Amino acid sequence: MKIPFLQGAPQKAAKMINASILRATFDRRAVVIGAVQGGIGVMLALRLGYLSVAENEKYRLQSESNRVNLTLIPPRRGWILDRDGAPLASNRADFRVDLIPERLVDAEGTIDRLGELLSLEPARIADIKDKVATSRGFAPVEVASGLRYEDFAALSVRLPDLPGVVPQRGFSRFYPTASSVGHLIGYVGPASAEEYEKEPNPLLITPGYKIGKDGLEKQFEKDLRGVPGARRVEVTAGGRIVRDLETREDIQGQPVRLTIDGPLQDYAARRIGLESGSVVVMDCRSGDLLCMASMPSFDPNSFSDGIGGVEYAMLRDDERVPLRNKVLKGLYPPGSTVKPMVSMALMQAGVDPNETVYCGGGLRVGNRVFGCWNRRGHGAVDMAKGIYQSCDVYFYAMAQRVGMDPIAAMARRCGLGQEFPLPVISQFFGTVPDPAWKMKKWGREWQTFDTVNATIGQGYMLSSPLQLAVMASRLATGRHVMPRLTLNTKPQGFDKIDFSAEQVAYVQKAMSDVVNGPGTAGRARLPIEGVQMAGKTGTAQVVSLSISNGKSGPWKYRDHGLFVFFAPYDNPRYAGAVVIEHGGGSGAAYPIARDVMTFLFDPAKGLEALNALEAGWGGTAQQRLERRYAAYAAERGATVSRPPRRDEEIFDRVEAEARRAATQTDAIAGEVIAPRPEANPSATPPGAGAVDPAPVPAPASAPAPAGPPSPVAPGTNP
Amino acid sequence: MNTLATRSGIVPEPIARQPWEMLIPLMLLTAFGGLVLYSAGGGAMQPFALSHFIRFGVFAVMTAIIASLPRDAVRLLTYPSYLLVLLLLLAVEIVGQVGGGSQRWLEAGPIRIQPSEIMKPAVVLAMARFYETLPAGMIGSWRSVVPSGMLIVLPISLVLLQPDLGTSVAIAFGGVVVMFLAGLPLWWFLTAGGLGIAALPLIYFFALHDYQRARVTTFLDPESDPLGAGYHIAQSKIAIGSGGLFGKGFNNGTQSHLNYLPEPHTDFVFASMAEEWGLMGGLFVLAMYALILKWGWKVAAQSQDRFCALLAAGATATIFFYIAINLLMVMGMAPAKGIPLPWMSHGGSSMMTNMICIGLLMMVNRWNREAPRRGLTI
Repeated sequence: MKIPFLQGAPQKAAKMINASILRATFDRRAVVIGAVQGGIGVMLALRLGYLSVAENEKYRLQSESNRVNLTLIPPRRGWILDRDGAPLASNRADFRVDLIPERLVDAEGTIDRLGELLSLEPARIADIKDKVATSRGFAPVEVASGLRYEDFAALSVRLPDLPGVVPQRGFSRFYPTASSVGHLIGYVGPASAEEYEKEPNPLLITPGYKIGKDGLEKQFEKDLRGVPGARRVEVTAGGRIVRDLETREDIQGQPVRLTIDGPLQDYAARRIGLESGSVVVMDCRSGDLLCMASMPSFDPNSFSDGIGGVEYAMLRDDERVPLRNKVLKGLYPPGSTVKPMVSMALMQAGVDPNETVYCGGGLRVGNRVFGCWNRRGHGAVDMAKGIYQSCDVYFYAMAQRVGMDPIAAMARRCGLGQEFPLPVISQFFGTVPDPAWKMKKWGREWQTFDTVNATIGQGYMLSSPLQLAVMASRLATGRHVMPRLTLNTKPQGFDKIDFSAEQVAYVQKAMSDVVNGPGTAGRARLPIEGVQMAGKTGTAQVVSLSISNGKSGPWKYRDHGLFVFFAPYDNPRYAGAVVIEHGGGSGAAYPIARDVMTFLFDPAKGLEALNALEAGWGGTAQQRLERRYAAYAAERGATVSRPPRRDEEIFDRVEAEARRAATQTDAIAGEVIAPRPEANPSATPPGAGAVDPAPVPAPASAPAPAGPPSPVAPGTNP
Repeated sequence: MNTLATRSGIVPEPIARQPWEMLIPLMLLTAFGGLVLYSAGGGAMQPFALSHFIRFGVFAVMTAIIASLPRDAVRLLTYPSYLLVLLLLLAVEIVGQVGGGSQRWLEAGPIRIQPSEIMKPAVVLAMARFYETLPAGMIGSWRSVVPSGMLIVLPISLVLLQPDLGTSVAIAFGGVVVMFLAGLPLWWFLTAGGLGIAALPLIYFFALHDYQRARVTTFLDPESDPLGAGYHIAQSKIAIGSGGLFGKGFNNGTQSHLNYLPEPHTDFVFASMAEEWGLMGGLFVLAMYALILKWGWKVAAQSQDRFCALLAAGATATIFFYIAINLLMVMGMAPAKGIPLPWMSHGGSSMMTNMICIGLLMMVNRWNREAPRRGLTI
């Protein structure tokens, strides 16, 4: 082929060119061009075959993934139910709007427009902008939920101008009793980037999908989650849905049935009122935790889209730490509430309960004098009187006789310093000091005054309200009651008998006398016929006497008020503990225990008392929280700083602060505690003015300062 | 040359002597194109299929008129018609300048003429006429290339101003094929080709618009921008590849029906077709084109004189250019380029150009039949 071609080459150009040569050239070259064209044709056919046969599978797949859009239907979250099946956390259908940051064209403009359409508050808009700016592009950011249908419709028609905005119908988490269950249940929120990395499940970045962030919501995430449904739709390139191909319904998550009594939980939380504290109530027969209220709290409903800047600032600024679950992470010196436990230790160590100690208002130990709260002395005190009159000298004397180790062992057996097998994110176990512990922790020898301090629940001793409640139920029943939080777990510890029936009966009677006899908490008597509550008061000093007298002055220096109880005293059914932080003394705690137990036996009577109180406080806890938020937002809304980006950071911070707060009393652990006249019904219960507007009984009903206790009937029950 | 004419006595002579070996594939192709457009129009005659058939009918009449033109009249009118089209191109420029912004067509009532399209056959005609009149001895001298070069360069520069690179290349292709076949020295082409390749980087960096450059980079690396410029070709390959052997079935194409395939009725009509009819449909289309082009080359080979031969070859090459560039593009072997597929794509301008080419071929074919080639005389 090459030779004839070269005829046109320059060296042969001199040759005469005529028409026939040109014709021959034409024919030759036409064949070449035709061949080239044929070649291209064959190449096209081969390419076509390659695409449609060899690569058919790949392209068919791509065509399908073009055509079919798979959307996950977030599963409805399982409910969290109380012991009677009433929801503590449920779902409600709502209209919601999310943003996908990476699909936004003009983030600022879109958010402003949304804010205008949905009339969002400026603080909320600022929060959303902040989240969009810091979030990863694919993770949806909630704009609003619980929209009215009109707003939802108005937004839906404007969608073409708002790329990245995803309105949808879905379910959102709903906590009917709001802040009452905040700490217990926790809350839900969109998965963070870390959570998505840990579990790269496309469900986690589905708009509107929330996972448990705290409390039981987080603990039971696996059970509550359920199985997502899926919707396969045919979509055009522009995203318009042509038709539904297939829909698989979601499977709702498993419900979690708690031992909590919902109404009681709500009641207790509300009854705490303006104070900061916690109430734990257990069923002594099964170990069921009926109530784990911790107040002040947050509203988990408003946390469902993450913690807003203003809300976070408000909760954080509050010295009553609404973000801390005080039932599990509040540690307090138990104060005199340990005395029944110490009594049990004494009896087990062989002390005869009828043996008396003379209380002259103090006891010299070495070269120091340890005072009784009652400076005038209690006279001859046996064990029962030591409990119901809370005589410190009796315990100083007896504890020295048996030493610290049996007392520490008993404290642990009663649950102090222990962790319980509960489905909670974390629980603090506090401190039960003994010589070995002190040497290890502080490198110092155990001193006599350490024993003295420990027997009255001060010094290094720290415990949580949950532990105090467990202690109360173990003392009340004599069995090794283990608390449980879910109904599907087995009651534990009932086969293990800790104390003999006689000892139990003795302590029951003495603790009953605290309330119903000549004791320190006469106003705790239940206004219910035939049901008598037994209890023990406690006042825990938090700072040195040189700083505060514990009753007035700065809130954070006031004494903690504690009360452990069970009822009915002779056949215990319920036991529990009330701890009021910086309540100024036990007088802040036992009226709450009284009302909570009243509610348990007679809800109508309990509510009556609460309604009267709430009228004075300005509404329920939830109403007050909302009002505070509105006021705070109005005042400080514009100046708040950004909340931490990750919820985990908030928890870590709250937990670290809780640990630090628990060490507050370390500073006075080495001091001689001068017991406060905390348990003295003759004095005006400290802080009672704020806590309990019920008429304060006249101080005249005080026990006689010396000599045998007069059989006082301290006031009438309000 | 005409098998039917000799075989059958039943069919009347005027019908029997028509070039059915080309007309039947052409009509099949157009009908098939109409079918694909019916599907691309959402399973309806409107808006594409009906106008496709109407246009084919109208342009078939035009083709018949062209086919019946006498040889002398064509020789006489070649240059004037070339000049007329050139003036129209100039008019496009002027109207575009006056109206602001670029445009490619002239409007006269309901008819919209795109002169650059008509220029393709017009250039082929003029070139064929030029080399017919050029004395054989001058082939190889500057006079064999400069005037004809001007015939190509003038329209191309006007079209480039529009700007329309694709059509410019198409015009140049037709012209250069005629030059090649006219017997110009081979080394000229080799040198020009070499220079062209050497100049490619310069053209890429200095002469192309941004969108054109994007098309080239996308072609070289389709994954670079799957949602931008590469999207069209990627979707086209998906459409073709997902069709498989026999396709997804008539009216069942998802790529075209759900708008993933851009321009499923014009530039990417082949992909639309292949998705629904598969490899078999594609091979059928290729076979029809092969038959038409083969007939075109046969007409060129049977031509008695230089004008006819060059004209027939040039017209065939022009048709081929459309087919090749379009198919290479939809299969991801050429940059995305706005060139439609003859007789299948919806669009009047390309239909007209290709029907003019067919008309010219039929005209030459008729002249061949009426005056068979006589030995070595011109």
